[in-house]
Amino acid sequence: MELLLIILIGLLYGAGVYMILRRSMVKLLLGIMFLGTGANILIFLLGGITKGKPPVIDESLKMFQDNYADPIPQALILTAIVISFALTAFAIVLLKRVYALVDSDDLDDLNTPEEEDI
Amino acid sequence: MLLTVLSGLIFSIVLVLFGRKFKAKWSILLPILPTLLFLYFAYQIPQISEGKSIIQHIDWVPSLGVNFDFHLDGLSLLFALLITGIGSCIFFYGRAYLKGHPYFDRFFGYLLLFMSAMLGVVLSDNILLLFVFWELTSISSFFLIGFNNDNPDSRKSALTALGITGFGGFFMLLALVLIGNIADTYTISELFTHRETILNHELYPLIIGLLFVGAFTKSAQFPFHFWLPGAMKAPTPVSAYLHSATMVKAGIYLLARFTPILGDHTYWNTTLLVVGGITMLYAAIHSLFRIDMKAILAYSTISALGVLTFLLGLGTREAMIAVSVFILAHALYKATLFMVTGIVDHETHTRDITVLSGLRKVLGPVALAGILAALSSAGLPFLTFGFIGKDLIYEATLHYTIPEWIWILTGLAVATNIGLVAAGFMAGIKPFVGTLPQEFEKVHLPYKSMWIPPLLLAILGVIFGILPALAGDFITNTASNAIWGNDTASHLKVWHGFNTVFILSLVTLIVGSLIYFINKPSLSKLQAVERLNNISPQRIITGYANDIVRFGQWYTNLFHNGYLRSYHLKIILFAEALIAYRLWLSGPINVDFWTLTYPDWYEIAIIFILIGAIYLVVTTPSRLTAVVGMSVIGYCICLIFVIYSAPDLAMTQFTIDTLSTVLFVLVLYKLPPFINLTSHTVLIRDAVVALGFGVILSLVAFKVWSEPISTEISDFYGENAYLLAKGKNVVNVILVDFRGIDTMFETVVLSIAAIGVYSLIRLRLKSSERE
Amino acid sequence: MKSPILQSATKYLLPILLLFSFFLLLRGHYYPGGGFVGGLVASIAFVLHSFANGPDETMKILKRKPLSLIPTGLSISALSITLPLLFGYPPMTGLWFEEPIPFIGMIGSSLFFDLGVYLVVVGVVLTILFTISLNNLEEKN
Repeated sequence: MELLLIILIGLLYGAGVYMILRRSMVKLLLGIMFLGTGANILIFLLGGITKGKPPVIDESLKMFQDNYADPIPQALILTAIVISFALTAFAIVLLKRVYALVDSDDLDDLNTPEEEDI
Repeated sequence: MLLTVLSGLIFSIVLVLFGRKFKAKWSILLPILPTLLFLYFAYQIPQISEGKSIIQHIDWVPSLGVNFDFHLDGLSLLFALLITGIGSCIFFYGRAYLKGHPYFDRFFGYLLLFMSAMLGVVLSDNILLLFVFWELTSISSFFLIGFNNDNPDSRKSALTALGITGFGGFFMLLALVLIGNIADTYTISELFTHRETILNHELYPLIIGLLFVGAFTKSAQFPFHFWLPGAMKAPTPVSAYLHSATMVKAGIYLLARFTPILGDHTYWNTTLLVVGGITMLYAAIHSLFRIDMKAILAYSTISALGVLTFLLGLGTREAMIAVSVFILAHALYKATLFMVTGIVDHETHTRDITVLSGLRKVLGPVALAGILAALSSAGLPFLTFGFIGKDLIYEATLHYTIPEWIWILTGLAVATNIGLVAAGFMAGIKPFVGTLPQEFEKVHLPYKSMWIPPLLLAILGVIFGILPALAGDFITNTASNAIWGNDTASHLKVWHGFNTVFILSLVTLIVGSLIYFINKPSLSKLQAVERLNNISPQRIITGYANDIVRFGQWYTNLFHNGYLRSYHLKIILFAEALIAYRLWLSGPINVDFWTLTYPDWYEIAIIFILIGAIYLVVTTPSRLTAVVGMSVIGYCICLIFVIYSAPDLAMTQFTIDTLSTVLFVLVLYKLPPFINLTSHTVLIRDAVVALGFGVILSLVAFKVWSEPISTEISDFYGENAYLLAKGKNVVNVILVDFRGIDTMFETVVLSIAAIGVYSLIRLRLKSSERE
Repeated sequence: MKSPILQSATKYLLPILLLFSFFLLLRGHYYPGGGFVGGLVASIAFVLHSFANGPDETMKILKRKPLSLIPTGLSISALSITLPLLFGYPPMTGLWFEEPIPFIGMIGSSLFFDLGVYLVVVGVVLTILFTISLNNLEEKN
C-alpha cells in the first residue's frame, strides 16, 4: 500500500505542477489544491501508516497499551486542510473579482506582454 | 580637526533648511566658512613647518578598527590649504556666478559637502575613514557635475564620472582592506612601521594594482582619463574647484600618502612612470586640438596630473620636492584659468577660442589674471611660481637613478611641458589679445567678487615665483618630507645658475610659444581628432558598460518576462535539478520490502478511482467536471484516512470537501469554459516537466519513508495525553492543549481569510478606479 | 433549488446537525471530533438550510452577521489561554473542574479553547459562503 501511496503522491504533485503551468486562473487554483493534497498525503505517509489503530486511548485505560497511529502528522494535516480551505476560498473570490474586472480567465490578460508566447 | 571636517557637513544641512534665506539675504555668509577654515589651517603653518604634526583620535567603531583618526602633517596641510584657500575663492566667485540661479542653495550645499569630504580625505589617519570620505567626494562631485540636471549631456557626464570613480573606489576598498589585514592596523601613521611586512607579502602586487585603479580613476589617468573632459559640463566654479585644484588631486594625494608605505619598489615606480608618462603626453597633445577653453584646460589638467604621477614614479628626493611644488603651482594657475574661463563664458556666452579675442579691452583685470596664470603655466623665468615647478621637474628627471633613462624621461617631460605651455597660452592669453570683435564690445566687467579671486590667485603665483622660499620653507618642504619619509631639505631658489635645467626651461618656453603661434585650432581639426575616438579607451570602456547593461536587460527579460507560468516553470525546473542532485548524492534507496503492507482490494480500487479522477481533472475541458473530479479526489482521500486510523482527519476532510465543492459551484458556474490556449508542443513540454517533478517527489517520498524516523515526540504526546492533559483523543489534545498557541494562530489566519473574502466582495471600487 | 421536500427536511435537519456538532465538540477530547470538525458540521448545517430556503432565511435564524462570530470565538480562545494567569499558572495551563459533569464528562479550560475554535470556524465558513451567495443574489437582481 505504501508504494501505491507513493505513486499517488507523485501523480498529485505532477498534476499540480502541470496545472500551475497553464494560463487559466481556475486551473492554477486547481493546481494549488492538487499540490496541497499531495503534501498532505506525503506527511501522512511519512508518519508511517497503521491500520485500524487510531490515536485515541481506550476508554478503560490511561495510556496506550499497544502501538497506534502517529498523532503528530494527523494534527499537522488537520490544520493544513482547514487552512487550505481558507486559502482556496480567498483565491476563488479573488478570481471572481478579477474576472469581474477584466472579463477573462486568462492570466496573460492581467499583464501587458512584451513578447510572444515562449 | 573633526570640527573642521564636520562644520561643512553641518552647514550644508543648515542650507537645506534655510535655503531660501541663503539665496537672498544671507548668501554673504556662505564664503565665510571656508575662509575661517583656511585661516585655521594657515594658523597651523608655523607649527607644522617645524616638523610637528597634530593628531586627533575619536573612537567610532573600535572593534572594527574604524575610528575618527585625524592627522595633520605637511602633506595634509598643503592639501587642506588648497582645499580651503581655493575653496574660499570659489565660494566668493560662485556666489556671483550663480546669482539668481533657482538652485543656488542646492549648489552651495553640494559644494560644502564636497569640501568637507575632501578635507576628510586629506586629514584622515584611518584608511577606512579615508575611504568613506573618498566615496563622499565621488558622490558630491556626481551632483555637482550633473548640476544642470535638465541637460542630458550633463546627466550622462555625471553618471560616467560617478561610474568611473565609483568603480575605482571599489577596487581601492579592496586594496585598503588587504593592507589593513596584512599590517593588522587601519591607522596610516602606524602603517609606516609595517612597510617591510607589506612589501614582502605575496599579495603586494595585487594591493598596489588595486590601489592604482582607485587612484588612477580619481585622478583621471590614462585609460580612465575621459571622464574629466566630460565633467566640464559642470558649472565653471565646480570645474575650477573639483577638476583643477582638489578632487582630481585626491588620487595624487593617495599615491603620495602611500609612497612612504608602499613605494620605492620596482612595480610601484615603473607603473607610475609608465602610466603618468603616457597620460601626460597623450593629454598634452590632445589639448592642442581643442577649441573650447574648458576642454583645453581639462586636457592640460589631465596632463598635469600625469606629470604628478610620473614624478611620484621617479621616487627620488628631487621628484618629491617637485611633486609638492608642482601641486601648489598647478592649483594656483589652473584655478585662475578656470575662473577666468568662467568669467569669459559668463559675459560673452561662448568659450570658443576661435571666436574670442581682444577681450583685454573690456575685461582688463580678468585679462591680467589670465595672462599671469598662463605665464605661470608656461613657466616664465624669474617671475612665476610655475617656473620653479618646471625647474624642479627637470631637476628630478635629470637626477634619476638609472642614467640610461634620464634622456628619455627628460625628453618626455620637455615634450609634455611644451604642450602645456601652448595650451596655457591658448586658454589664458588667446581670448584677450588681438582685435576686439564688434559683438563683444558691450561686454563689461562682472561683479568684483568674480574677478578678484582669480586675480588674487594669479598674483599669489607671482609672489611665490619671486619669493619661492616663502612657499618652500613653510608649505611645500614639509609636504615633500611627508612624501619622502625623510627630511628632503629643500630650499627653493629662483636662480640656480645657467645650467642644463635652465636651458631646458627656456627651450620649453620658446618651442611652446612657437607652437602656440603656429597651431591654429579649428573645428575641422577637432573633428579629425574626434574620429580617433573610435579606438579610444573611452569608447572601449563605455562599450563594456553598455554590454553589461544589455546583459542585465537580457537576463532580466529572460527571468522576469511577466508570465506567471514562465516563473513557475523556471522555479520548478530549478527545484527538480536541485532535488534530483541531492537525491543522487544520498545514494540508493534501501527498502525492506517485508515492511510494506499488502493492500486490500478496496484500497486498490480507491487508488484507481483517484488516478482516474486526477486524469479527469487535468484533461477535462469542462469546469464543472473538474470540480466534480476534485471532490471525488477529496472523498477518496477521506476514505484513505478512514482506513488508516485517522478518524479526525476523515471527518475534517469530508466536511471541508463538501464546503469546497459548494464554494466552487457558487463562483465558477459564471466563468467561461476552459479554452485550449497553448500549443501542443508546450503542452507536452509542461507534461514532461510535471511528470519529472512527480517522479522526483515520489522518489523523495520513498527515500524518506525508507529511512527510520524518530517517534520521540509522538511517544511523548501519546504517553502524556491523558496524564497531563486529561484527554484521550491524542490528535485533539495536541491541537487544543500541547500546541494550543499554534491552533490559536491558525484560527487567526482563518479569520483573516474570511475578512479578506468579505472585503473583496463587499468593498466596491471607487468610481475613479473603475474603467 | 427551493424544493418543498428539502425545505421541510432542513427544518428538522438543522437542529439535529447542530446538536451533532455540539456533540462532536464536547466529546472531542476523548473521541474523534473537536472544535474544527464540530464547527465544520455546524456550518454545513447552515449551508444546507440556506440551500433549501435561501441565504436570507438562514441569516434570519442566525440573527446576526456570521462575521461577528469570529471575534467572539477568538476572544473565548484567547481568554482560555490567559485564564490560568489569574490563578498564578503559566498561560495555557489546563484548568479542570474537580468533578465530572454528567453526559459531558470533565470540563476544563481546553474545552473553552475548543469552543472558541468552533465559533471561529463557523464564523469563517459562513462569512465566506454567505457573502458570496448574497453577492450572487444581488447580481442576479
